[in-house]
Amino acid sequence: MAKILNVRHLEKSYGSGSRQLKVLQDISFDVEEKETFAIVGPSGSGKTTLLGLCAGLDQPDSGTIELCGTDLGSLSEDGRALLRNQKVGFIFQDYQLLPTLTALENVSVPLELQGFRGAGKAALELLDKVGLSDRKDHYPSQLSGGEQQRVALARAFSNNPAILFADEPTGNLDETTGEKVVDLLFELNREAGTTLIIVSHDLELAAKTQRILRLKGGKILELERSPAL
Amino acid sequence: MSKVNRTPSGAGLNWLFTMAVRDGRASVSKLFLFMASIILGIAAVVAIQSFSDSLKANISSQSRALMGADYIIDSNHPPNEKVQGIIDSLGGAQGQEINFASMALFPKNGSTKLVRVRGLTDGFPFYGELETEPAGAAAQFRQGQAALVDATIMLQYGIQPGDSVKVGELIFPIAGAIKSMPGSSALSSTVAPPVVVPYRFIESTGLIQQGSRIDYEYYFVADPSLDLEKFSKKLDPVLDAEGADLDTHLEASRGLGRRYENFGRFLNLVAFIALLLGCVGIASSIHIYMKEKLAAVAVLKCLGASRRQTFLIFLIQIAFMGLAGGVIGTATGLLLQQYFPVLLKGFLPLAMEVHVSTRAALMGLVLGLVMSVLFALLPLLGTLYVSPLEVLRIQEGKRTASGKATLGVVLAIVILIFLFSLFLLDNWRFALGFVLAVVITFTALAGIAWLFMRGIKKYFPAHWGFCSRQSLLNLFRPRNQTMTMVLAIGVGTFLISTLYFTKDMLLSKAVISDTADSPNIILLDVQTDQQQEMAGAIRNRALPVLGNIPIVTMRVQAINGRTIAEIRKDTTSHVGRWVMNHEFRVTYRDTLIDSESIAEGEWIGRVSKSDTVPISVAENFARDARVKTGDLVAFNVQGVLMNTRIASIREVDWGRMQLNFSIVFPEGVLEKAPQFHVFTTKVPDEKSSAALQQVLVRQFPNVSIIDLRQMLTLVEGILDKISWVINFMAFFSIVTGVIVLIGAVRTSKYQRIRESVLLRTLGARGRQILTITALEYLFLGFLGSLAGILLSLAGSQLLAGFVFETAFVPSYVPFLVIFPAIALMVLLIGLGNSRSVLNSPPLEVLRKEVG
Repeated sequence: MAKILNVRHLEKSYGSGSRQLKVLQDISFDVEEKETFAIVGPSGSGKTTLLGLCAGLDQPDSGTIELCGTDLGSLSEDGRALLRNQKVGFIFQDYQLLPTLTALENVSVPLELQGFRGAGKAALELLDKVGLSDRKDHYPSQLSGGEQQRVALARAFSNNPAILFADEPTGNLDETTGEKVVDLLFELNREAGTTLIIVSHDLELAAKTQRILRLKGGKILELERSPAL
Repeated sequence: MSKVNRTPSGAGLNWLFTMAVRDGRASVSKLFLFMASIILGIAAVVAIQSFSDSLKANISSQSRALMGADYIIDSNHPPNEKVQGIIDSLGGAQGQEINFASMALFPKNGSTKLVRVRGLTDGFPFYGELETEPAGAAAQFRQGQAALVDATIMLQYGIQPGDSVKVGELIFPIAGAIKSMPGSSALSSTVAPPVVVPYRFIESTGLIQQGSRIDYEYYFVADPSLDLEKFSKKLDPVLDAEGADLDTHLEASRGLGRRYENFGRFLNLVAFIALLLGCVGIASSIHIYMKEKLAAVAVLKCLGASRRQTFLIFLIQIAFMGLAGGVIGTATGLLLQQYFPVLLKGFLPLAMEVHVSTRAALMGLVLGLVMSVLFALLPLLGTLYVSPLEVLRIQEGKRTASGKATLGVVLAIVILIFLFSLFLLDNWRFALGFVLAVVITFTALAGIAWLFMRGIKKYFPAHWGFCSRQSLLNLFRPRNQTMTMVLAIGVGTFLISTLYFTKDMLLSKAVISDTADSPNIILLDVQTDQQQEMAGAIRNRALPVLGNIPIVTMRVQAINGRTIAEIRKDTTSHVGRWVMNHEFRVTYRDTLIDSESIAEGEWIGRVSKSDTVPISVAENFARDARVKTGDLVAFNVQGVLMNTRIASIREVDWGRMQLNFSIVFPEGVLEKAPQFHVFTTKVPDEKSSAALQQVLVRQFPNVSIIDLRQMLTLVEGILDKISWVINFMAFFSIVTGVIVLIGAVRTSKYQRIRESVLLRTLGARGRQILTITALEYLFLGFLGSLAGILLSLAGSQLLAGFVFETAFVPSYVPFLVIFPAIALMVLLIGLGNSRSVLNSPPLEVLRKEVG
């Protein structure tokens, strides 16, 4: 399988007061197409930072990231945005739905950004898949946490992404709802054949993926095949 | 999932508009409030601009009717041979008029009034109408020895058609009341209302005497093919040289238009300030609004929107809001201008037809759009710097617009303000001055707010009660609106207070001194052979003769050896036209008076015999005649040439209500020259004034009487009217300030709700929350209005020193009335808009927080 994500010698620091805090040190790994991958670690291990860099939301201090065959370092901010729109899906811990758009409109946005004319119809299909087509005209504030995350799922898959990044997808949900969302995530992922990268501190969730990258203190502790497999 | 092939073509402009609408849907009330901030300012500017355009158009289209003819040749002495020759060569005047100020006596009740007597020949006016009540009186009065009298004074003195008026030696039955006539505006009629009599009776009134200030007017109806501009250009200089003047209806209407234009420009500035205040409100509100949108911007960027796209979505919202504000503001302004003829009644020279000015309407729309976008640009630029990383709650460091971008936007705003002021004022110096004044005012108010907040932080009164302390803390909470509120309140208060102080200053210049030897009655045109009789008449009423001022008329013949004719021919000469044409009324005395001081040279009060008489001239004469001490001026004193030398230049306070002179001769020179006199006296009250006037008018019908207290009342009345109009325009600033205030209060509403709920959860009672809120607004109201008044004091002091050159004694009204009134208004607005804060159930809010 071809590699969809190739990370080499990544380093990242953040300024904290007058000090520089090294968040990631010499991170190197790769992810194959259609693979499910988890990045786990305790709070402050750098996993969210690593996700942000891999998704092109930020730039490293040094090292290279190749996503979908493109060196992210060679792209401008707008270039990375374009790449994200075409190839990447996101799911966030706090859903990150646009509060002023309805559920349907939220799901349509990635398609509309591509200029796709049938965005509304495709979005409705996706909402139906996540069981929320009857709530299409509701605003995020009118939906429960679990419902909002399902809308976010539909949005994440709307642009047929090659790779999907999920940051603590069940972090704000209760156990039952979280399980349902995870099941839906993996089901949709299977159908779409998307590479899935999950960042979580939930080891049970991580165990559902094929490989797990463990981080601690900004360094790779180990990269292993999932014990469940 | 649908596997339809999608070839990405990118989101176009349609999508941006769609997103702008979608996002704006949820914020309609907020956006409307922002829009409302500029509506009034635009309405005010459009109303004044459109009305000014209408006025200019009306003056232009009615210019013939305003003059009553196509052109006039006028002079303040009977035309000499050359002028008469010119008049004859033009085919003779179609109409003639002699007019002068004089006292009118109404025998019915013995009342007297200073009037402008206008003796008219048949035919006039040739355009427009002499409107009378009854209508037939305009024709009737010419048939016999009858008069028309101004309608206002007939009402004032209870005079009816059929009663009579005594003008000079003649008694005229009154045929009717003058409602309007060409050459007479409501403002000029306030001082000396018209009394119209047939031309042929003027001589018989006996009022054409030595020293009388008489205007001789010759009215012409021109051939339609005559190019009046060229005609005037050719003939006016010729007539000028002979002491006469040519005015075409075009020039007269342009001059009239300019006078109103100046007033209109001032009103425009006041309206512009309202608009600027609204824009400040927009800037502040959009700043908070965009802060709340930054999370959404990060999400959009994460999903693939470019920086340009996210910027444009919100730019479209703001632009739409600005345009909508422009539309509503323009429509409001165009409606409002319908009211202006009523508002400006008493100032307008004609009956107006108000129409919509397309230019003004377009200007309103453009202003709405441009001002909104420009003032919202800085917060909008913030969207460019939002990182998509913020969706992961990683905030490396908040990035805001670069220094360069900020500077660029601020510069663009200042340039726009300058350009618009230049458009309004048509003078770059004034425009620059206005911009500086605005920048200083807004900066000073912002500075006061900032200093106050710092001061509170540094010297926080920890010993105060909980509610007071909490209310003070609220003033500098994160996302506080203290700055905006202080600006909103402060600018409005500043405007109103400055208008108040300025009016006081203008009135103080018109005040009459109340010492025992300061006159309040001036008697003009007393002939030399009437002096003793006049003195006797005054003393008979147990009144003092305070002054007997001799007046000699003369004209400038030459300056430093060059004759006036030579100076006129010299195109490089800057000598003022009035210096060359004017018949000066000159006096002679050996001392200076209260309103004078020597600025240069030496005062010489008496000479025995001199070939070159040392005289004293006022600063304005020296400036306009381009002369200095030591220069030589030759005067034509009624046919006799008199050589003089400028011995001193006087500073004269022309604003003082007393007789002042441009030129003063020493004693010992003009005693034997033909002259007339001005007597002055002092009356204790109105009754004595009326009684004296009745006696004098009967005994000396040629003498004009000016009661300075009545003049002061007139001046006060005019200033009151003017300030009412200005206050009306300033009202727009106040209301805009209120809207900005409401916007600022609403913007922080949810924050206040959260705080209130948290406090109540922690055990605070409703009354405590109310007290905290009330105190917060009271502090803001006090701070804003006090800052505005203090700034106004400083500004008025500068005006007094540099512009009006008078001492400044501030009125108590702004402190005792405006200050508490504004503070109370702020309190009521704040509490009124905080009702939901006080009434929100805690659980509902806390639940929303957890979401």
